[in-house]
Amino acid sequence: MDKGLSLRHVTISKGGAPLLSVHHDIGPGEVLTVMGPSGVGKSTLLAFITGTLAPDFQAMGEVWLDGHDITHAPPHQRRVGILFQDDLLFPHLSVGANLAFGLQSGGTTTERKAKIAEALDEVGLSGFETRDPATLSGGQKARVALMRMLLSEPCGLLLDEPFSRLDAALRAQVRDMVFDRARARELPVLMVTHDAEDARAAGGVIVTLGD
Amino acid sequence: MMKHLAVLAALLAPLPALADPDPADWDAVTAEAEGQTVYWNAWGGSTTTNDFIAWVGDRVAEDYGVTLEHVKLTDTADAVTRVLSEKQASENDDGAIDMIWINGANFAAMKEADLLFGPYAEQLPNWAAVDYEGKSVQTDFTVPVEGYESPWAMAQVVFVHDTADMPDSLGSMQALLEWTKANPGRFSYPQPPDFLGTTFLKQVLVDILPDPAVLAEPVSDDTYDDVTAPLWAYLDALTPNLWREGKAYPATGTAMFPLIADGELDLSISFSPGAASTAIANSELPPTVRTFVLDKGTIGNASFVAIPYNSGSKAGAMVVANFLMSPEAQARAQDPDVLGYGTVLNMDALSDADRALFDALDLGVATLSPAELGTVQAEPHPSWMTRIGDDWMTRYGVAQ
Amino acid sequence: MLGPVVAGLWGTLLPAFGHLPAAGITGPSLDPFRDLFDWAGLPRAMLLSVSTGLIATAVSLLIVMLITAGWSGTRPFRLLERLLSPLLSVPHAAAAFGLAFLIAPSGWLSRLVSPGLTGWDRPPDLLIVQDTWGLTMTAGLIVKEVPFLLLITLAALGQADARRSVVISQALGYGRLTGWLKTVFPRVYAQIRPPIYVVLAYSMSVVDVAVILGPNTPPPLSVQIVKWMSDPDLAMRLEGAAGALLQLLLVIGALVFWRLGEMAARVIGQRWIIAGRRGRFDAITAQIALGLGTASALAVLLGVVVLTIWSFAGYWGFPDALPDQLTWRNWMRHGPGTMEALGETALIAGIVALAALILTIGCLEAEYRYGLHISQRGIWLLYLPLLIPQTAFLPGLQTLLLGIGADVGRGPVMAAHLVFVLPYVFLSLADPFRAWDVRMGTIAAALRASPNGVLWRVRLPMLLRPILTALAVGLAVSVGQYLPTLLIGGGRVATLTTEAVALASGGDRRAIGVYGLMQTGAALVPFALALLVPAVVWRNRRGLRHG
Repeated sequence: MDKGLSLRHVTISKGGAPLLSVHHDIGPGEVLTVMGPSGVGKSTLLAFITGTLAPDFQAMGEVWLDGHDITHAPPHQRRVGILFQDDLLFPHLSVGANLAFGLQSGGTTTERKAKIAEALDEVGLSGFETRDPATLSGGQKARVALMRMLLSEPCGLLLDEPFSRLDAALRAQVRDMVFDRARARELPVLMVTHDAEDARAAGGVIVTLGD
Repeated sequence: MMKHLAVLAALLAPLPALADPDPADWDAVTAEAEGQTVYWNAWGGSTTTNDFIAWVGDRVAEDYGVTLEHVKLTDTADAVTRVLSEKQASENDDGAIDMIWINGANFAAMKEADLLFGPYAEQLPNWAAVDYEGKSVQTDFTVPVEGYESPWAMAQVVFVHDTADMPDSLGSMQALLEWTKANPGRFSYPQPPDFLGTTFLKQVLVDILPDPAVLAEPVSDDTYDDVTAPLWAYLDALTPNLWREGKAYPATGTAMFPLIADGELDLSISFSPGAASTAIANSELPPTVRTFVLDKGTIGNASFVAIPYNSGSKAGAMVVANFLMSPEAQARAQDPDVLGYGTVLNMDALSDADRALFDALDLGVATLSPAELGTVQAEPHPSWMTRIGDDWMTRYGVAQ
Repeated sequence: MLGPVVAGLWGTLLPAFGHLPAAGITGPSLDPFRDLFDWAGLPRAMLLSVSTGLIATAVSLLIVMLITAGWSGTRPFRLLERLLSPLLSVPHAAAAFGLAFLIAPSGWLSRLVSPGLTGWDRPPDLLIVQDTWGLTMTAGLIVKEVPFLLLITLAALGQADARRSVVISQALGYGRLTGWLKTVFPRVYAQIRPPIYVVLAYSMSVVDVAVILGPNTPPPLSVQIVKWMSDPDLAMRLEGAAGALLQLLLVIGALVFWRLGEMAARVIGQRWIIAGRRGRFDAITAQIALGLGTASALAVLLGVVVLTIWSFAGYWGFPDALPDQLTWRNWMRHGPGTMEALGETALIAGIVALAALILTIGCLEAEYRYGLHISQRGIWLLYLPLLIPQTAFLPGLQTLLLGIGADVGRGPVMAAHLVFVLPYVFLSLADPFRAWDVRMGTIAAALRASPNGVLWRVRLPMLLRPILTALAVGLAVSVGQYLPTLLIGGGRVATLTTEAVALASGGDRRAIGVYGLMQTGAALVPFALALLVPAVVWRNRRGLRHG
């Protein structure tokens, strides 16, 4: 297959003891949900895919994204976007600058500004460019983080317990927003969570670890 | 093979030392000195001397293009050590030190170890006006100078007292001892091996010995105990009545001035007859302070500068040494508002204009006239100073 | 960084056993040690070295632990925290001068209450400064070590989950102080052990504070070593080297003793914990600790005030509380000299601190990128230059430097400073650097920023404040260096610290005031900037205001 994210015979172990094994293809616009209680190494899997696995873990297997083997590529050349449960907006940059950080380089300043304004507009945050991220509400931060990630034009999307910090009302809203946009851009999505409702809402295959 | 070795040996042989300047060819010296930097290592604990040295720096820069850097020492021995270390490390051409304010034991040690450049002093142009007959500038603590250091100031022991608390002067060391018994805690002297501190010990010895002539000879083990016994008896009696009961001593002579100003001390000593007047002018001493000397006179000596053998700026150093002996510098040094040091020059050898520089000086309220300063007692042989200093350390310097 | 230390120790070891070929003396022989043990002052000098070191360390630790136990999280504690930077930045020499000017019989405290309360119209003949037992010197060390230990304790508290432990023990009926000591102290102590050892080694071998406040009949061993090392008589040099080795052994012995004390305290402490007493004297103990802490802070701050007054004083006789007149004269007179020394100080400190910062960031970033871990042993290695007494290896290093022709001057002085500055900069920056949320790095990399891009565009800007603080720490440490500057600089490198200590022997309080104040300023201004610059740069970024 060409498009999509493939985990081929991925096994992660620590000190010789295997933690998890996954072999799965995620097609464009599909969601794979990895579930399991905390401590089974769900986040370790994501670290392997982003290329930031701590050296005390050993990993085998391959990761392919859109037909390229990215198993050994440097983190910044993998084109894998990630969202954590915390928004992790850069606190020293304004909302606009955070988005500019994500936006692919190229284009004139005017064009870049227009794209950022458009992205903010898309999530209902028009005119927020100069705001300090620390002054935003939780939902607003989550939306900025999402758009920052999408502006970097990733080819795949990883979600690490992405909605667990949001209260119930916001949660469904943000979740729909994320999945809608992933589907619209035909991105393969890998979500790790321990929340059954998130897994259901994702609507894709569910793999449970740690049994 | 042998040829190669010979070449190698030639390469490894030390380079011939750069030719030293010849002090007799003064024009060549001044020409070479221009643009040189002279690191003068001199005690830096007194702001008045620091200011004077800075002034000397300005003047030699102006007249000769010599840059003078004052390396402020807490102890002249540091500079001696430095030259020694450099010799050990074969730093023979451009050592860190170009000139040292020196005399006594440090001079004897450096001369003995061939660490000094010279002879040069008596070839300097300004030597002509130096009072080498009347003042002890050709021997330094009985060690012949032989041109290895040039004099720039005369010093003599004077006692400094605050007349507000201690109106009368004392005539002898015995009288001083009696006075401390009546006024405990009001006198101290700098801690040996400080220069002034050991001078005080020698002053005691010179004054209480019936015949101090024995001190001109090097110490001998045969007589040492007998000669110094009265000194230790004197100090045993004096110490309990010293400031802080002799458990602590001021570090230096200048450190005693604030103690007088605060009223902690009524009496101290100084090696500079004009220093008290200078300190009054700088509001470091109250205006009621005066000085006195003992009936039999007090110890005096000259301050010198010497040039290490490995100075890279010998010409510049000689220019500074010569300037220090100039009437201009000597008159300034004697000004109580500046330093209040005694001059090494012979007034009769000066031109009228130069002599007028000295005549115009107001020596200050607390300074004794040359006549009042009286007899200058000769310094004992430096071996006495070393031995007495060491013994003092053992007896009083490690008091429990 | 261990290179110079080892080389210096080697340069001390040889002459200590009578081997100084350059001076025509070859060994091995035990004569230097024989001479050393013949010196009548030795038992006392050793005792002083050990007693001032142990007492200063134990008392500072006690004060800091009790204050933290009794007051952390309260208003007085926050006030002390805010005073930390200024207290830390006052160099040891300036603090020592300030203390001497405060508590001497003719000092400011005595002037303030005389003759009214005391009836003194002349200072009493009391041995306070330079007292035979070194108590004033010990006090001078304590007032400087308390803020240092408090700083590292605060850093350790962050990782000890102290607040919840105290809440739980209070819920179990323990007093605040007893609860803290029983639950938090063991964890905190494990963290701050290396710096405590540094304080102990430093206090035992300090030279500048000892010269200013310490006794002289005889002086502590470290001062006597420096005296021997600068004696024109070469044999004294050998004796000095032997003394330096003895000093090293004393420090090692004291460290072992301290370690044994730790073990004993552990046993006793466990019994105390099991006994379950809830702490009846908590309130009064906490009050006393706060009093002592406040007094030590005041001693430094008032010391700076009295330095300031002296620097502007005209005639100031005893027992006047203030000078007859205030004048610019002292500043006019010493200003040019201090400016020159300030230039030298700033140049050396600037380059050294910057080099240390770059090396530190390089190390920490490499650790992050390549997933390296610095082991506990590595940490001790970092502390080693601070644990070896300066008097034990600097004279040897000086001889070696001369030997290889790396003569005097700024370069070698800077290198010597770096040995002492780097550990402090590293220790100051390591925790905040490592505490940075690495997910920020993952996010930035996922947004296609290269590793250098992450470092320059995200990590360093976010860490601006700790980085500037580490730089300020480096500057302050360099500004305060006395012995390395004096010995390695061969007297040609005149910094504010060497000039100020040189003035100590002359006793000119006005000059000392000017130099001490300049010295304090040179260390304080960078700390102020480290607070001010991030506050201005990030004035619109709430997320970084308390970072």
